[in-house]
Amino acid sequence: MAHFTKATSLHDWLNQRLAIDTLRRVMATEYWIPKNINFLWAMGMVLAFTFGILLVSGIFLLMYYQPNVDLAFDSVNYTIMREVEFGWLWRHVHAVAASVVFLIIYIHMLTGIYYGSYKKGREMIWISGMLLFVAFSAEAFSGYMLPWGQMSYWAGMVITNLFSLGSLELNGLVEWIRGDYVPGQAFLDRFFMLHVLLIPLFILGLIGLHFGALRIPHVNNQDGEEIDFEEEAAKYKAGKKRESKVIAFANDFLSKDMFVVSIFLIFFFYLVFWHYDFAMDPINFDPADGLKTPPHIYPEWYFLWSYEILRPFPKDPGLIAFGFAQVIFFLLPFLDRSPNAVPASRRGKFFIWFWVMVVDMIVLTAMGKLPPQGIYSTIGLVAAVVFIALWVALPFITKNEKQV
Amino acid sequence: MENSRRGFMGKAFGAVAGVGAVGALYAMKKTWDPLPSVKAAGFTTVDLSAVEPNKLVIEKWRGKPIFILKKTPEMVAKQTKEETARDVIVDGEHYLVCIGLCTHLGCIPAYRSAKEDFKCACHGGEFDSSGINTKAPPPSPLVIPPFKIQGKSVVLGEEGPEYKKMKEAGVLA
Repeated sequence: MAHFTKATSLHDWLNQRLAIDTLRRVMATEYWIPKNINFLWAMGMVLAFTFGILLVSGIFLLMYYQPNVDLAFDSVNYTIMREVEFGWLWRHVHAVAASVVFLIIYIHMLTGIYYGSYKKGREMIWISGMLLFVAFSAEAFSGYMLPWGQMSYWAGMVITNLFSLGSLELNGLVEWIRGDYVPGQAFLDRFFMLHVLLIPLFILGLIGLHFGALRIPHVNNQDGEEIDFEEEAAKYKAGKKRESKVIAFANDFLSKDMFVVSIFLIFFFYLVFWHYDFAMDPINFDPADGLKTPPHIYPEWYFLWSYEILRPFPKDPGLIAFGFAQVIFFLLPFLDRSPNAVPASRRGKFFIWFWVMVVDMIVLTAMGKLPPQGIYSTIGLVAAVVFIALWVALPFITKNEKQV
Repeated sequence: MENSRRGFMGKAFGAVAGVGAVGALYAMKKTWDPLPSVKAAGFTTVDLSAVEPNKLVIEKWRGKPIFILKKTPEMVAKQTKEETARDVIVDGEHYLVCIGLCTHLGCIPAYRSAKEDFKCACHGGEFDSSGINTKAPPPSPLVIPPFKIQGKSVVLGEEGPEYKKMKEAGVLA
């Protein structure tokens, strides 16, 4: 048995049993972050913080929400919104955070793409991050079912129908997922379970993996410079903090992180108190009706780009294009054939590829919201084809990239 | 000796765990199946004698909307053979009876009586008055549910001789 001595303080008592000093050193004071970064490097902490906000607001909503097709709509729109004191606050916080979290995820992803933070040992950071994106998407979708309004019902109908996989007509699979021929009680109950337990569990595990994947390659920096972290850490610990290229995660870097988080929170609560309506579709304030499709069905803004890749094609090709859009980002570290892990601005054609991709996704997003008619259909079709072409072209344009 | 014993224990554990995992997955799969009460939601009888021509009636069967459209003699006269093959003929009158869900992604198309066709607002698909897809993205006609003609009514969910004939002709969807 390990040898324990009489503790001199509570700190010492805990330290003997839990090694809290070592834990603090490994996790915070001797976890090294490069100095050469900018505010975009704080998006990870903004995301972690927003996830915390979703968790807390979700807990309070959970105490009054009723996962029952007859009661769900009123439990949200009457009980929580009108009866529960500050119920409106939790709902608006939860809805706005669910929407804004995707804005930050997209910024976080595009930052990674721009600075090449998915290669040279950072592949698992990218892949675990993409898994988180998928988990957050599933979390957003399952949560969207819960108020049981018209958009909940019809989004549930349309998205679960995707699993029939077009001409394969796997209707049995669709009915199995729903537990009914159409979304009903079984459907609402199981998506409630997924939303409040199973998917959050996955997300927590994936966040652990994402952080763990960062540990060995460390955070990238603005110039993609390969830093000898041991050497720089030695300088820092020797008191030559000015010369060292790194700082400690806590409290040095964390204090800057939390400054960005503070600015984000001001923006966030501005939205919560004055513009929460952007995250609440008016059609979803009509109770679910299986015999009446709303005239125009569209997903939340963060799914519009991939929805628009599905929409302009006939059924089977549309599904294939949609599937392509869902998985292709996972393959980025392997489709980018260039060894350069530097900002896109120094990578020639890749720089153009990056901005064309950003603009194309914005165009897809805008077209996804508009009704599928006339010129909008055409623009949507072109943008969808451009999206696919960009990814097919990526290995070729990066293969012959000059070594920087 | 030691090694083979460990190897045996490993294999024994693997076998037990494998059987357990298959059993657990089977139970989980079955737990998600539609309940018997849902499956037995049963049969819906629709009386067609009160239906007005060129006016869409929507009934509910197994949670799905069922379109019933009585055709005017003019509509029947200008129909093609493929369209007529899908007609449910009750008491000499021609009806379209189909599941009112777009075969693209399951939205409910709206009937435009002036144009005598269906338009799906979700992704712009169109069907004629016999439920045959005329504009993409829907890849196939609106599905005809199992039906049986009973006097002036149809029973949805039961396969009558007329339904079986359509099934053989391959015009159900």
